[in-house]
Amino acid sequence: MSTITEAEKVALTTVAPPRRRRPVRLWRVLPPIGVFALILAGWYSISYLVLDEARRFLLPPPHEIIDVGFLDQRNLQALLRGLWLTTEVALLGLAIAIVIGVSAAVLMSQANWLEVSVYPWVVILQTIPILALVPLIAQWTGFGFSSRLLVCVLIALFPIIANTLFGLQSADAGLRDLFRLHGAGRLTLLVKLMFPASLPAMFAGFRISAGLSVIGALVGDLFFKQGEPGLGILIDVYRARLQSEQMYAAVFLASLLGIAVFLFFGWLGRRVVGKWYQASRG
Amino acid sequence: MTLATTAALRFDRVDKTFKDGTTALVGADFAVAPGEFVSVVGPSGCGKSTLLRIASGLDAASAGQVHVGTDRLGYVFQDATLLPWRTVRANVELLAELHGLAKAERRRRSAEALELVGLTGFDKHMPHELSGGMRMRASLARSLTLSPELFLFDEPFGALDEITRERLNDELLSLFRLQRFAALFITHSVMEAVFLSTRVLVMSGRPGRILADIEIPFDYPREPSLRFTAQFAALCGEISGHLRGAQA
Repeated sequence: MSTITEAEKVALTTVAPPRRRRPVRLWRVLPPIGVFALILAGWYSISYLVLDEARRFLLPPPHEIIDVGFLDQRNLQALLRGLWLTTEVALLGLAIAIVIGVSAAVLMSQANWLEVSVYPWVVILQTIPILALVPLIAQWTGFGFSSRLLVCVLIALFPIIANTLFGLQSADAGLRDLFRLHGAGRLTLLVKLMFPASLPAMFAGFRISAGLSVIGALVGDLFFKQGEPGLGILIDVYRARLQSEQMYAAVFLASLLGIAVFLFFGWLGRRVVGKWYQASRG
Repeated sequence: MTLATTAALRFDRVDKTFKDGTTALVGADFAVAPGEFVSVVGPSGCGKSTLLRIASGLDAASAGQVHVGTDRLGYVFQDATLLPWRTVRANVELLAELHGLAKAERRRRSAEALELVGLTGFDKHMPHELSGGMRMRASLARSLTLSPELFLFDEPFGALDEITRERLNDELLSLFRLQRFAALFITHSVMEAVFLSTRVLVMSGRPGRILADIEIPFDYPREPSLRFTAQFAALCGEISGHLRGAQA
């Protein structure tokens, strides 16, 4: 679990460097593909050379994972349903975290006493290992959808609050003076200056939390093994049944979901603020 | 003095001490008449910017009185302070927007102001697409939309290269001739102060006092070549002399 300063560092490093669009060159594409080939080769050699037949379930070769996990209709159905459920929890949890997080940050930016009294607790919420809270959450809210959602929100909340608050406070002092000089009220200042100024940091927070929300959904799943199975439950069930092809397929889907959500928010952030933000720092 | 009663800006023995105990200004006492261009030069950190913050009401004086003869105030900061997410035109319209003017009126004023500073055709550009000098022009245009009667400048051209700075000085003077606002202009460039002003105030190091009040006798319009005349050099020399005394 990260602390404030780490989250802010992340905010700075993930947004700050100006990126220029370069034509895709061969030497940019080939090395990662080479590494991928190496990993595959290593994988196969462990599956076939290191592990004997009886222990091959520890690392089944990639083509069998595809065969059993993705090409078998029944397995694929189960996996896709799990993926859907996990996606639902992750996205809904992220949406709730965004609404709560941004509202909390806006409120704290408006009243110093609120920031002073609440922010330390927000930091503490972040430093408490959420995993330790999960059994408590189960006792309070049961084992269903809402507990999974709650875990997800708790995990995803902090980067959004920290980054948005940091962004709201980052508005240029000269511009604040200018608004004040021309009689702008709190609301005008917030809407026309502070909020737009906070967008780059806010989206950096969304991006971090997007990845965390997938983790939250999986963790919730793993702990609350009731109701329809999400990817987390599936992973655990396949593990228990030694169905390692399906298990690897589920792990793969979960990773893909995390990457997809992360990339989506990166793209959305660039759409919203890319036009002025990266270029104005360049 | 009749001049003092109709002044665009008057400081009566103004002191400023900050909460941490540092004294920024002691006994600041001067007036800027309508249509007068007054520059303030002084060593860095002497409280020049504090003078402007008090004049504009952003900060309060600790003692003494400040009279501002108009509510149409322009304030140009050290940076262009444009909103990076707005186009040049939307930036120039910001103040009119804050004062609640109708859209058509904002549009009319921004077009006029952009033309005055020579930025016509750049209205749809984003600030980061402009050079430093052009950004400063956009910032000026933003203030011009309110037709200020008193213009406060806080070292607006300090970050620019000398060629751009001299060009903007020439342009600022033609604006000054056109609009006849009163101006209080902070700078650390003696040449800039002499070239622009009707009067130059020299301030001491912290705590800031006004050491000298020097009349600049040249008529407007002032040609760029004025900077190379003997009388101009003599005035610069005189002010530099005061400044050396100020720093000692």
